[in-house]
Amino acid sequence: MSSHQEGTVAHVHRDDIGAKMGMWLFLFTEVLLFGGMFLVYAFYRFQHQDQFRVAAMELNTGIGTLNTVILLTSSLTVALAIAAIQKGNRFLSVLMLNITLVFAVMFMVNKYFEWSAKISHGLFPGSKEMLDLPNGQILFYGLYYVMTGLHALHVIIGVVILSFMLIQLMKKKITQDNHVKLENAGLYWHLVDLIWIFLFPLFYLIQ
Amino acid sequence: MANGNTVAENFYHQSTNKHKGILSWLLTVDHKRIGLMYLISVLTFFVVGIIIGLLMRLELIAPGKQLMEAQTYNSLFTLHGVIMIFLFIIPGLPAVFGNFFLPIQIGARDVAFPRLNLLSWYVYVVGAILALVSLFLPGGPIDTGWTFYVPYSVRSTTNVSLAIFAAFILGFSSILTGINFVTTTHRLRAPGMSFFKMPLFVWATYATAWIQIIATPVVGITILLVMIERAFGVGIFDPALGGDPILFQHLFWIYSHPAVYIMILPAMGVVSEIIPTFSRRTIFGYRAIAMSSLAIAFVGYLVWAHHMFTSGMSDTARWIFSLLTFIVALPSGVKVFNWVATMYKGSIDPKPPFLWVMNFIFLFSIGGLTGLVLGSLATDIHVHDTYFVVAHFHYVMFGGTGTIFFAALHYWFPKMFGRMYNDKLARIAVALYFIGFNMLYFPKFILGYMGMPRRYYDYLPQFEPLQRISTVGSWILAGTIFLIIGYLFHALVKGKKATSNPWGGVTLEWHIPSPPPLENFKEIPTVTHEPYDFSQLKEMKNE
Repeated sequence: MSSHQEGTVAHVHRDDIGAKMGMWLFLFTEVLLFGGMFLVYAFYRFQHQDQFRVAAMELNTGIGTLNTVILLTSSLTVALAIAAIQKGNRFLSVLMLNITLVFAVMFMVNKYFEWSAKISHGLFPGSKEMLDLPNGQILFYGLYYVMTGLHALHVIIGVVILSFMLIQLMKKKITQDNHVKLENAGLYWHLVDLIWIFLFPLFYLIQ
Repeated sequence: MANGNTVAENFYHQSTNKHKGILSWLLTVDHKRIGLMYLISVLTFFVVGIIIGLLMRLELIAPGKQLMEAQTYNSLFTLHGVIMIFLFIIPGLPAVFGNFFLPIQIGARDVAFPRLNLLSWYVYVVGAILALVSLFLPGGPIDTGWTFYVPYSVRSTTNVSLAIFAAFILGFSSILTGINFVTTTHRLRAPGMSFFKMPLFVWATYATAWIQIIATPVVGITILLVMIERAFGVGIFDPALGGDPILFQHLFWIYSHPAVYIMILPAMGVVSEIIPTFSRRTIFGYRAIAMSSLAIAFVGYLVWAHHMFTSGMSDTARWIFSLLTFIVALPSGVKVFNWVATMYKGSIDPKPPFLWVMNFIFLFSIGGLTGLVLGSLATDIHVHDTYFVVAHFHYVMFGGTGTIFFAALHYWFPKMFGRMYNDKLARIAVALYFIGFNMLYFPKFILGYMGMPRRYYDYLPQFEPLQRISTVGSWILAGTIFLIIGYLFHALVKGKKATSNPWGGVTLEWHIPSPPPLENFKEIPTVTHEPYDFSQLKEMKNE
């Protein structure tokens, strides 16, 4: 493809620091996206402190805690997957990435049971039971569904990204000297984890 | 270095992929081709926006109904705003000229993430298509105004969700471009090009890229919330369920005010390129101009609530935001004084690009000064939501960024296409543009002051003379723009071949052939000169 002889350097252009910089900038935009939501949460919590407390009692702290443990552990396993490929141990890296994916699926299964329990009690936006509640509680549940829903969407995107990484890892496209993609995917997964660490106390623990 | 006369060695003939014809463009990762693809799409939507504007002006030529129903008019002003802002002005300078010239001006072969760059164009096209589809689906085109204020945007039965989803998608495109440019500026500068040797267009685009990264996610989440509100009724913006519509206004303007600087900063960067080139003099106050771009990017983030002086905020909040609004005028003033000082005792050569910049300084100054009228609490209450705001906004955005879009096109046209346009026609266009522009928008200041509200379909008989002048002005302005597009197209085919440096510029793009070869530089240059050091012109002639 090269049209001139000396221009070969540009074609193998690779800049790991640049790639990571771009990823960090992208994560920054994600933080701002959720930042907008946290701002809305803070605003309404300030307006309806008592009703937020009442509504928070309804959430299942057990499932929330379990999911926190799952997600934190999955952050560890993805970090181990990166460490393993850095040491050249592809088998361990693949294993750790698989475990991460299992954790992610477990998180979503728990979320499914948690949400469907709420919905079967009639607690979902627009339901008759919901509209009978005071405004503060409606807002709490509204924010609960929007914020944890947006987070769950990020978990799903994370699963897709990590699966791609798994394929690339098995096809030996990600190697000991060229693993910046896996690192960036790991950064994304840590962000998903980090956001949950803020969501968990705001919805489940402050009662 | 090549002397610009070799024909086949340019990016039009060299592809980054193995395809031929249209596919070699649609799958390209060359920043110059992507810039041109943006140029074509942006110009297309610009023309659509102009036609909608012409229709609105035609409706307003006399009181009462002329050619459309009031509901159609509501949709037209919404579409005019959405198209002009999200599809023309925001991507206009950064995505077209930033893509084409930022890598060249820092001595790089391409941007940091070429494939991401192509993706951002596709995301832009998808957003644009969604916006167009929303017009024709049952429900009718969106009628909320481009600000999408709740609660009306939640209640309106038109296709609000799809249209604002399009804006959400377009935001993604903008973010991707921003991430790309920041990384490119940090990682790919040629040896010797320290931050303070970068051309000022690079500085401006760099500051813009930061605003794109920082501000766009906030409007993204806000738009998403409106869509969720429409779909599920979670109550966040619905007063009936305890939500607060004013909160929407805050979140919306936290993005949309900085977005104004996304639009104007690259334009200011272009001005800082053109004035030294045609004054043959190094820019006055280089660091002050570079830093004022960053200052605008930063302070511009803190003035959003001046859009909401009548929305019901505390007095303390209002005077603080009013004060901050006045402060953001300072860095803009720094720029204008430095530009004028650059021309002082320079050897001015009033070629068309320079004349466009003169046009800009005049129109933008009117826009800027009337901004102070709107930034002061007492006067704002009087002219809020009137034609005065419309006139101010168009003087700043169209008179500012729009004018510079044409200035940049005239300045870089020979470099981008390797052809020269007709100098005489270009001069006539500048004059006609000036006349048409002021006829179209200046009467709106007076109308607004007299009390004509914005976005109204009908008006009182005493406003008729000024409305009529404005409509005639719209014909002159639109005619001029079509004239410009016409002679530029003619130049593409029949224009004289351009040399590698027709204006005598010294930034790096003038060191390479017109049009540039693929990957721009045979060897990455080593930068030793200051960016606007015109003593290099002699060496460049010998190259």
